[in-house]
Order: sequence, then structure tokens, then C-alpha cells
Amino acid sequence: MEEKKQYYTISVYTENNIGLVNRISTIFLKRHVNLLSMTASESEIEDVYRFTILVKMTEDKVKKIVGQIEKQIEVIKAYYHTDEETISQETALFKVASKLLFEEPQVQNIIKRSGATIVTVNKNFFVISKTGRRIETEALYSALKPFGLLQFVRSGRIAVTKEAMNISDVLKDFDDLD
Amino acid sequence: MSKTVRITGAEAVIRCLLEEDVDLIYGYPGGAIMPVYDELYKYQDKLTHVLTRHEQGATHAAQGYARTSGKVGVAIATSGPGATNLVTGIADAQIDSTPMVCITGQVASHLLGSDAFQETDIIGISTPVTKWNIQVTKAEDIPEVMAKAFYIARSGRPGPVLVDITKDAQFSEFDFSYEKCKGVRSYKAIPKTDPQSLKDAAALINEAEKPMIVWGQGVILGEAEAEFKAFVEKTNIPAAWTILGVSALETKHELNVGMVGMHGNYGPNKLTNECDLLIAIGMRFDDRVTGNLETYARQAKVIHFEIDPAEISKNVYADVAVMGNVKTTLEGILPLVDAKKHDTWLAEFKAFDKIEQEKVIQEELYPSKDGISMGEVIRNINEVTKGDAVVVTDVGQHQMMAIRYADFVKSKSNVTSGGLGTMGFALPAAIGAKMGAQDRQVIAVIGDGGYQMTIQELGTIFQNNIGVKIVVLNNEFLGMVRQWQELFFENRYASTEMTNPNFVKIAEGYNIPANRVKERAHLANAVKTMLETDGPYFLEVCVEKENNVFPMIPTGASVSDIRLS
Repeated sequence: MEEKKQYYTISVYTENNIGLVNRISTIFLKRHVNLLSMTASESEIEDVYRFTILVKMTEDKVKKIVGQIEKQIEVIKAYYHTDEETISQETALFKVASKLLFEEPQVQNIIKRSGATIVTVNKNFFVISKTGRRIETEALYSALKPFGLLQFVRSGRIAVTKEAMNISDVLKDFDDLD
Repeated sequence: MSKTVRITGAEAVIRCLLEEDVDLIYGYPGGAIMPVYDELYKYQDKLTHVLTRHEQGATHAAQGYARTSGKVGVAIATSGPGATNLVTGIADAQIDSTPMVCITGQVASHLLGSDAFQETDIIGISTPVTKWNIQVTKAEDIPEVMAKAFYIARSGRPGPVLVDITKDAQFSEFDFSYEKCKGVRSYKAIPKTDPQSLKDAAALINEAEKPMIVWGQGVILGEAEAEFKAFVEKTNIPAAWTILGVSALETKHELNVGMVGMHGNYGPNKLTNECDLLIAIGMRFDDRVTGNLETYARQAKVIHFEIDPAEISKNVYADVAVMGNVKTTLEGILPLVDAKKHDTWLAEFKAFDKIEQEKVIQEELYPSKDGISMGEVIRNINEVTKGDAVVVTDVGQHQMMAIRYADFVKSKSNVTSGGLGTMGFALPAAIGAKMGAQDRQVIAVIGDGGYQMTIQELGTIFQNNIGVKIVVLNNEFLGMVRQWQELFFENRYASTEMTNPNFVKIAEGYNIPANRVKERAHLANAVKTMLETDGPYFLEVCVEKENNVFPMIPTGASVSDIRLS
């Protein structure tokens, strides 16, 4: 039986290395897998970096990919989690023509109800920002789309996990090997 | 730590190599690596550089050297085309876990990204096929990077590492001192062995009625031949090998039941789907070994002795994974397993062997037809060497024949391109194999196709008087592809027939003694003369043009659907 495809958030803790983005992305490329998003930032530990990657695939496949990622020399540890196991956020920016605020009264209501914040307003356009789960930014997108969006962009997912990811212990474990 | 001296980055590269006990490297000079070559000139009494005739040859020679010596092979090239020509060898070393360090020159750091002359992004290109790679733009980073490169290449599951050094980093001076790398924070070379896994594995082994071992190169890379033999002999479990594992246990050992996989032996393939326990040792369940995974050993429990956590349950689910270096884990499990006999089970292997002998092997080794078979050439070699030779093979029919029929009595005696299947591998690899095992007979068995992919390395053999024996099995076809065309493409021989040059004259052009055999009557003597001649020798054997390699598991079929004809 074919296993079910679902969203997985892959968290990769790494050393800071110039080629690492390439080294990680090539693992997906080799398997003809599309990354839905990828972000990189500092982590809770000094000098340890963290990639957050969103994919949609079977658990068998994500498990093997995480195994290959973890095998890379500068990768400290990699995990994968389902949506239920993570608290995730994405930020979307919407650029809308200012005239819509006056011509389409619903637009104001949509914005108010969405809890989006206004980033900037001028005579020609305004920009609103919505941070939340994918479903929330998608809802706002669907609501505004019929009125016409000048521009739309959404950031990659960032996520923390409900369970602990004990990177300090992992690092200690590496040190103990000497 | 070594004493601090002020030297250039280029000299530091050489000093680092010496610190890592490297006394031999293969390479090809060019603009961006010239400062290092200038230092090689100065250090030539301490470090031998072998000029190959193509950078690809340098990598394969380094691989051959690593395989027979157990040390790290080193290849060096310039930027741009020099670097890209290394890629095939690097990919080959990656998939066959061969320890290798490649050093490439790079354009000066201020020119990076400017599409300068002979600039190429070798880091980007080599990332998917290296265990680790790094670009160095400052001389002072060279010692630490080189130490790390050698540590990573040789530790854990070995593999290729590429160090790309900009020309300005080679020129500039800094205060050099060297400290060997003892570990990398984020890299666990050898995973910890869970003692429970040894107990669980031992319990399965002691319970099993029909256990079977499939071992791979891990036994050789882990230098675990003695521990492996002790384990096999105590448990009396039939043991089959993958192409890269072959020489870890002598061919004629009574528990050695032959090769698994596409052109492996009848018994171990058939019985993979009969055994109740499959013990995989230092192997990775390549698709050429398993055939269709859906029908591979489904009835059996699987124990996997492995150093690389990413290999566990990658292709075949492991009921018990024993992580660690096989030398340690096999030593650890030995006292936990019972001494047993498996006579009835072993008899099943013998019964299948009898069928294979009658239907395939007898005719291959002692053909009834006039034409010479590849198998009988190997038999003639065995008769002289008694199995005490390093056999280097290329890729194709001759490779399968050589691996199937060559006798091995010593480990590290089989050098071949297994995972990548790189035609052109054998001739340069044989150069390295010979230099890594100077006192041993090294015989390169090559097809007429692969031979012409790297034939220019005859120049390297000639210039350095490297005593390799080259046997070209000439069927004037790309034989394996032709076999597939015959079996699966209704004899449509698309671009597989070759009009070959006079190979003997070519060898003679390089001052290499050469002979051609067309008739069986002259074969034994020709082989004997070749092996008795000092220095290099070239022997062309004109073999039957359209012979096929059997047994064979067609792609996508089950191992138990192995065909004898």
C-alpha cells in the first residue's frame, strides 16, 4: 500500500559553513523532490545554525532524507516533524491598490477580521502583513484575490517543536567521543 | 604540534601531505596549481608525483592505490577543466567508499565569480559526490583544512574529499604549524554500538535454521577479515559476497558460497529467498544485489552490521541493526554465538552450485566451441597466480567474468568500479593498485571498450615503468550492452560494435612488450609469459564475439528468478 504523503517540517542544526545550503538542497535535488520552503537562521545555541525545511512526502521518504542530511559532516542533527508536532508560522505580505479601500467596502472588513497589520499606506497602494499558520495566510489570500492583488509574497515556514530538541546534549555527545 | 615556520600556502600543502604520511600523489599541473607544483619540484625526494595523462586517470590511480594499500589516495589538478576532469573519479570513490583527497587549484580569490580563465565552481559541482569539500582562500587556513580533509576521508565510512585552494592562498606566506585532526564536532565517524543489538543479533543467529551471510567491502575497509572469518567458521553459516567484498574471505573457503546479485552465483541468489535469517555485513543492498526489493528475502529476518546509520533500512528493513565498525562488532558478537553445523542447509547451496557448474561454469571455463571464452582466460590466469594476485577490472562483461572466476587468497586483491560502473577505470586504477602493493602481481582485466576510454595512461605506465599486466579481452563489442540488446532489445545492436585499432602496436609504441592471442592453443603460454615478464606487459586476447554472461537476474526481477541461459 502506498504510504500517505503529508507535510513535514525538517529542522537541521548545523555548523556555519559556506557550502551547506547547497549540500543540503542537493540531497532533495538528487531525489527529484521539491522544497516547499527553506529558511536559515541562528538557533538557540551560539554558533549553531538552523535550517527549517518544509516538504510534502511519505514518512518513509522523509526519514531517509533526514538520514542523508544528518550524514553530512557539518550537520549536527536533523529532525522531522508533522504539523501536529510543531508550532509554525509564516508571514505573508499583500500589496493592494489604495482605491480598493474606498471602492470595495468588503476589503476593509476582510482586513479587520484577518488580524493583519498595516505596514504602510500611501495614495496608490497599501501593504498589509499577516503572520500565522499556512491556513491563515491562505485564507486571507483567497479573500483578497478576487479584488486584485498588486503583489503577494509569503515567507518560508519557521517552526519550533512541541518536544525538546536537545542539541546541547548532542553536541556534548560528540565531545565525549574524543 | 609541529614547530612553527614561515612558508607559503603552496609549501604548506606539501608539508601537510608529508605530515599525513603521504609519499605518493597523482596529478596533472596547470595554471592555478603551479605554486604547489613548484614546491613538489623542491620536495621530490620526499614526495613522488606521478603525472597521469588525464586528470580522471589521477583519481582512478589514487583510488587503486587506496584500495590495495588501505591508505588515503591523493589526486591533484588545476582549476577549471582540471577540476571537472576529477569528477568521475570522485563520484566513483564516493559510491564505493574509497578514501581519497583531491586538491584543486582555483583562480585567485579576487577573481572568484568573474568567469576568469579556467574558473569553475568545483565546490558546487563536487558537492553531491564528495563526503566533504571546502574552498580555501587564505594560506593560514590550509593546515587545519588539510588535517580535517584526511581525517574525514579515512575515518568512519571512507570517501572522497575535495580541497579547492585559490592561487593567492598558495602564494601568500604565513606561520605554519601542523596538528593532526582528531575529531570534528558535528561528525561521528563511528556510531556507538548498542550492546543490546549484539545480544539481539546473537539470539537470532543462534535460533536460525537457515542463516545466510552477505558481506561487502565493509569487512575490508574495517580491516575485519580475521574477525569475519572467525565468525563465519564458528557459526558455519554460508557466506556470499558483493562485488566489492570478494577478497575478504578466500574464494575456495568451504563456507564461501559465491557472489550475490545480477551476475552472481545461482545458489546464493536462489537461497536469499529461502533463508530464515539474512546477515548483512558491511554492505548496502545495492539494487544490483537485491533485484526487485518487493520480492527480496521477504521471508527472512535481517541483521545489518553497518557503520553508516543512513544505510539502515534504506533499501531493506533491518530487524536488528548492529552499528559500529565491523571489526569491533564481529569481535563482540563472536562469544555470543553458538558453534553450529548447518550441513543440510549447506547442501542446498552445493546442489545449486552443481546445477550452475553443469549449465554455465563448465562451458565457460572449458568451452566446447573454438572461440576463446572470457572465463577460460581467467582460469588460465588463476592457474599461474594460484589466486595470489591483485585483479583490477573495468566495467562490463569481462568484469563480471573476472570477478566470478578469479581466485582470491588475500584481502585487498580486487579493485573494480562497483557502484558507479565507470568504464575506463581499470587501466589507471591498476597503476595505483600496483604502486600500493609493489611486491604483488597486479593484473588489469579490461574490455576493448573501457580500455579505449583511458588508453592514454599507457604513457604513465611507460614513463614510470609500472609493472602492471594488462589483459584486454577483445570481443569487438561493448559486450554487456550488446548482451542486453540481444536479450531485451531484439538484437538491435545500436552502436555497440567497434572497429578496433591494432592494440599490440599501440602498446609497442609505448615500449610495452605486447602479444595477441587468437587461438586456445597459445593462451596458456601467453599468460605464463606475461606473468613471468618483469615490468609492464600487454596481452590482447581475441575472445568469442557474442558470448553472454550468465547467470543473470534481469532488471526488476526477483533474485530467485535468476536465469541460467
